[in-house]
Amino acid sequence: MSRINTLLILLLVVMSGLAIQPALAETPNQILSAVESSAKTAPEFRGFSATRGEQFFKSTHGNDWSCASCHTEDPAGSGKHAKTNKVIKALAPSANAERLTDPAKVEKWFKRNCNDVLGRVCTPQEKGDVIAYLLTTRK
Amino acid sequence: MSSVYRNALRMFAVIMLLAGAVAVAQADDDEHEGGRRASVSNAKWQAECGSCHVAFPPRMLPAASWREMMSGLGKHFGTDASLEAPVALEIGAFLEKNAGTGKQEPTAKPQLRISETRWFVREHDEVPERVWKNPLVKSPANCAACHTRAESGDYRERNIRMPE
Repeated sequence: MSRINTLLILLLVVMSGLAIQPALAETPNQILSAVESSAKTAPEFRGFSATRGEQFFKSTHGNDWSCASCHTEDPAGSGKHAKTNKVIKALAPSANAERLTDPAKVEKWFKRNCNDVLGRVCTPQEKGDVIAYLLTTRK
Repeated sequence: MSSVYRNALRMFAVIMLLAGAVAVAQADDDEHEGGRRASVSNAKWQAECGSCHVAFPPRMLPAASWREMMSGLGKHFGTDASLEAPVALEIGAFLEKNAGTGKQEPTAKPQLRISETRWFVREHDEVPERVWKNPLVKSPANCAACHTRAESGDYRERNIRMPE
């Protein structure tokens, strides 16, 4: 009987440990694969390009800001918010292991920042190119 | 009950009341500087509001202002700060619950810029123009440029260092 009790308690401890785990973390490559799945629905899709991603990242697209306005031209270094001066941690996973590991966070910031920089949402192609670029930048 | 005992009790009650009144007066005195009042906190507010600027303490604006702010995050001072509805709801409730009690004309449009509130202008009237124009300050939203402990909700005078 006491053994069963001990087992039960152990099971409860393990389960409560699982319950407080944060949302499933992903790797940057898993995030890129998910973007690729939606990009592939376009018949003209020919894969992602880090070079194109870099150009996209540094262009103002006819408006005031580029991605680099806040994240700087070196995504492996820390940036600064163009309006408030608040420090923004490095965007490249090579410099900041937290980046590109939370799909909801990635979506949230693409939505906001594409709206600020381009005045519209980004296409899966554009997102994938930018992620490919971020994965190539090193400290 | 003996009258000595009753008198002692009465005196104790009076002392407690006085102590309470003094505590309230002190808290009011430093209301907007985060001085003696304990800082309230909420994890989502800290994470979301604190990603582009200091997570401004709820007491800095009245509830009506926070309500208006949270209903327009898609266009938040020129940037898209939109949030998922459940997150926005939780943060909005936290802000309104702990909002400032500053009086505003009931008919006036709620003030959204903290730097335009009467208390902010009054508290900052001694800050010279060159400090505001300093590239290290750049914006009045950049509290941490001078309030060195703003990140932890501490805006006390003793922790102010204006950049040279």
